[in-house]
Amino acid sequence: MTTVPSAEHTRRDFLYIATGSVAAVGAAATLVPLITQMNPDASTIAAGAPIEVDLAPVADGQIIKVFWRSKPIFIFHRTQKEIDEAKNVDVATLPDPESDAQRTKPGHEPWLVVIGICTHLGCIPIAHEGEYHGWFCPCHGSQYDTAGRIRKGPAPKNLVLPPYQFVSDTRIRIG
Amino acid sequence: MTMHRTFIALALAASLGAVGAAQAQEHAAPKPPAQKWSFAGPFGNFDQAQLQRGFKIYKEVCSSCHSMSLVSFRNLAEPGGPGFSEAQVEALASEYKIADLDDKGQPIERPGRPADTFPAPFPNAAAAAAANGVAPPDFSTLAKARTYERGFPWFVFDIFSQYQEQGPDYIHAILTGYEEAPKGFTVPAGGHYNKYFPGHVIAMPPPLTDGQVTYDDGSPQTLEQYSHDVAAFMVWASEPHMVQRKRIGFQVMIFLIVLTGLLYFTKKKVWSAVH
Amino acid sequence: MSGHSTYQPQNAFLQWFEKRLPIGGLIHSSFVAYPTPKNLNYWWTFGGILSFMLGVQIITGIVLAMHYTPHVDLAFKSVEGIMRDVNYGWLLRYLHSNGASMFFIAVYIHIFRGMYYGSYKEPREVLWILGVIIYLLMMATGFLGYTLPWGQMSFWGATVITNFFSAIPGVGEAIVTWLWGGYAVGNPTLNRFYSLHYLLPFVIAGVVVLHVWALHVAGQNNPAGIEPKSDKDTVPFTPYATVKDGFFIAVFCIIFAWFVFYTPNFLGHADNYIPANPAVTPQHIVPEWYYLPFYAILRAIPNKLLGVCALFGSILILAFLPWLDTSKVRSARYRPLFRQFFWLFFAVCIGLGYLGAMPAEGIYVTIARVLTFYYFAHFIIVLPLLGIFEKTKPLPNSISESVLSKA
Repeated sequence: MTTVPSAEHTRRDFLYIATGSVAAVGAAATLVPLITQMNPDASTIAAGAPIEVDLAPVADGQIIKVFWRSKPIFIFHRTQKEIDEAKNVDVATLPDPESDAQRTKPGHEPWLVVIGICTHLGCIPIAHEGEYHGWFCPCHGSQYDTAGRIRKGPAPKNLVLPPYQFVSDTRIRIG
Repeated sequence: MTMHRTFIALALAASLGAVGAAQAQEHAAPKPPAQKWSFAGPFGNFDQAQLQRGFKIYKEVCSSCHSMSLVSFRNLAEPGGPGFSEAQVEALASEYKIADLDDKGQPIERPGRPADTFPAPFPNAAAAAAANGVAPPDFSTLAKARTYERGFPWFVFDIFSQYQEQGPDYIHAILTGYEEAPKGFTVPAGGHYNKYFPGHVIAMPPPLTDGQVTYDDGSPQTLEQYSHDVAAFMVWASEPHMVQRKRIGFQVMIFLIVLTGLLYFTKKKVWSAVH
Repeated sequence: MSGHSTYQPQNAFLQWFEKRLPIGGLIHSSFVAYPTPKNLNYWWTFGGILSFMLGVQIITGIVLAMHYTPHVDLAFKSVEGIMRDVNYGWLLRYLHSNGASMFFIAVYIHIFRGMYYGSYKEPREVLWILGVIIYLLMMATGFLGYTLPWGQMSFWGATVITNFFSAIPGVGEAIVTWLWGGYAVGNPTLNRFYSLHYLLPFVIAGVVVLHVWALHVAGQNNPAGIEPKSDKDTVPFTPYATVKDGFFIAVFCIIFAWFVFYTPNFLGHADNYIPANPAVTPQHIVPEWYYLPFYAILRAIPNKLLGVCALFGSILILAFLPWLDTSKVRSARYRPLFRQFFWLFFAVCIGLGYLGAMPAEGIYVTIARVLTFYYFAHFIIVLPLLGIFEKTKPLPNSISESVLSKA
C-alpha cells in the first residue's frame, strides 16, 4: 500500500524537476542573444581593423593625433632632450614603474606611440603641458612625462601603449 | 464538434471559392517556373561554389549598373557565405577605388578595405536614372524584394512546405525570359520584351548570354547556369545569415518539442486529480 | 485583486515587508489562489499567450531600439544593419516582426473565443470593452511599427492610413498635416511614429492590468457559460491554470519559431525590402495581413468619408456587443442557431481578409460589399433578433454537472 504512492511521488517529482530544468535552460539560452547584441557589431569590429600611419611628415618634437578604434592615438616624435628626460629617471620612484625602453620599440627611440586617454577617468590630456613636458590632463590634473608615464595626479597608470609595429622606418601599423 | 467543423469548412470554401473564381479572370505575366535551389527547405545550405560563380557574374556584369551598397567586402569571407578567405577579400577590396578624404580634407580615392561596402556605379539615384532610363535597383535586398503572386491555395501550402524562393525564381525567370515580342505587341523605345516581367516591358536590356562569363570550375557557361548562380548569390546578399538561422532554428525546434512534451505530461499529472 | 488572501509569509523579512506593502498577498490572491473554472478549454490559454507575446514584443523592441535610427536616410539602412551586423540582430528583428503577427493571431483567437462563449455579457462588459481598447492600441502600435523600416510599404502604408483623417470634413487636411509634421509623410512623421511606437506598448501593458483586474473581479467565463456555484466548480490558478497556459504557450512558440526561423518573410510584404521612394507608389498596396478585413471594408464603400467611417465603425461596434447580443444564454454550446451564425461571421471575416489582399476591382468589390453588409448585419440585425427568437438548449445546473455529462 505504501510503496505505490511513494513510487508515484518520485516519478512526479522527477517530471516536475525535469520540466523546470528544461524551461530554465531555455530561458538562459534566450538571454544569450539579448545580451550579446550589445557587444560591438560586425561593422564596428571591421572598422576597428589595423591602420597604417606615415611618420615622415611628423617633425622633431611634434605630436600628432590619429584615431584607431575611435580612440585618439598620440604619436610623439621626441627630440633628443625629451628622450634624455625620459631616460634619466629612477624608474623605481615612479607610480607605475616602466623604463623608457619598455615604452618604445628598439631602434625607434624617438617615437612614442600611446593611447591618448588619461588612465584616470578617460579625458584627453593636453600635449606639451605640465611639469614633466609630456601631457597634462585638464579634468583632474594628472601629469605625464615624455614617455607618457604618470608622474603626478590621480591617474593610477601610465598612458596605455596600443599594439603597433614598424612596417618600415617611417611607417607604423597600429592594431 | 464534427458539425462545427463541417460548417467551418463549408463557410470557408464558400467565401474563398467565390473569390478564387474571381481570381481566374485576372491575366498577368505567367508564373516564374519553380527552380531547384540548394538553400531551400529547413536544412537548405548555400552552395559555396555557386555563390562564388554568382559573385563573379555580379562583379563582371551586373555591377556596372547595379549597386549593392549594403553589402561589405568582408561579408564575402563570413561563415555561411561564398567562403572566400580573408586574404582573397583583402585583395579583392583593394581592386576597388573608394571615395574618401585625405588628412587635409581633400577628396581622394583610396584602395578599398574589407570593411568598405561595394561602391555604387553611379553617384546617386538621379544619375543612375539619367544614365539608364530607370535607376537599376540595388542588389542588397533585391532577392527579398521581388516576388510574384502565389494565389490561393498555394500561399497556405507555402507555410508548411516553407516555399519562399519566389525571389530567386523570379530573378531566374527574368534573366531567361527575354524573347521576341508576340505579334501585335509594340515594345516602346528603350524597352525590351520579357515574358515574365509584369507588363512585359522591361528597361534592362538582356544582361547575360551564353559564354559571356568564364567559369574556372568547369560549370556550364550557359545563360541557364548564369541565371541560377547570380540569383543564388543575390539570395545570399539579401539574407547573409540564412544558414545560421536555419541551423539555430532546428535546435530551437528540438528544444521546444522536448519542452512541450514535458509540459504536456506535467499538465496531465497536475490535472489528474480534477474531475 | 479579488478573493480573500490567506497569504502568510514564513520569512520574517517578508512578514515585515508584507505589513507595509502587501504585494505578496496581491500576487498570491491574483495568480495563485485565484479560483478558475475547472472546465476551461485550451481556447482560454490565449490570455496567457497574449501576455507572453506582449512581453516578447516589449523586450525585443527595446533591444531593437538600441540599434535603430529613426531618420529617413538611415532607417532602412539601420534595419539592414540589424539584419546583417548586429549580433543575433536577424533573430531579434524576425522575432519582433513575426511576433507582431503572432500577437494578432492570438488576439483574434482570443476575441473569437470571447464571442463564441459570450464572454462579453453581464457582468463582464467593462472587461470586454477594455479588451476592445487593447485591440485598438495594438492596431495603432502595429501600424506605427510597420512604418519604421522605411520600406515602400512602410511609406505608402503610412501615407494611406494617415489620409484616413483627410476624410473628416473641414478640418481633415489640417489634421493630416499636423499628423505628418509636414506636407507629406517625411522625417518628422517617422520620428513621431517611432516615439509613439515605443510609448504605446506600455500603454497597452497598463490597460492589460485593468483588463486582468476586471477579469479577476468578475471571474472567468467558461465553456458552459454559467457562473461557478461552489468550490467544486473551480481549481486554484496555480498550479492548474499556470501549467496549462505554460503548455500551450510552448505549443504556440513552436508555431512562432516555425515562422521566425523557416519562413520569416512569409507574413511580411516583399515591397518593404525596397527603400521608401516618395516618387513611386507600389503597384499593389496592401496593409499587413491583420488589417486586411478592415481594409476590405474600407474599399467596399465607394464614398471616402463613409468608407473611413465603416472601417472605424467595424471595430467600434465591438464595444457595443454586450448590448447588441440580447440573449440571456452566454455559451454558443447551448445556442444552436447562434453557433451557425457565429461560424458564418467567422467565415465572413476570413473572406474579407482575403478580399483585402486582392485588387479592388471587378467581382472582388461586389463580394466585399456583400460580406461588409453581413459583417454589420451580424451585429445590428442577427444578434439582437437571435436573442429574441432563438430556442436555446437547457443549461446545466453547475459546471461540475456539465463536465460530468460530457465525460
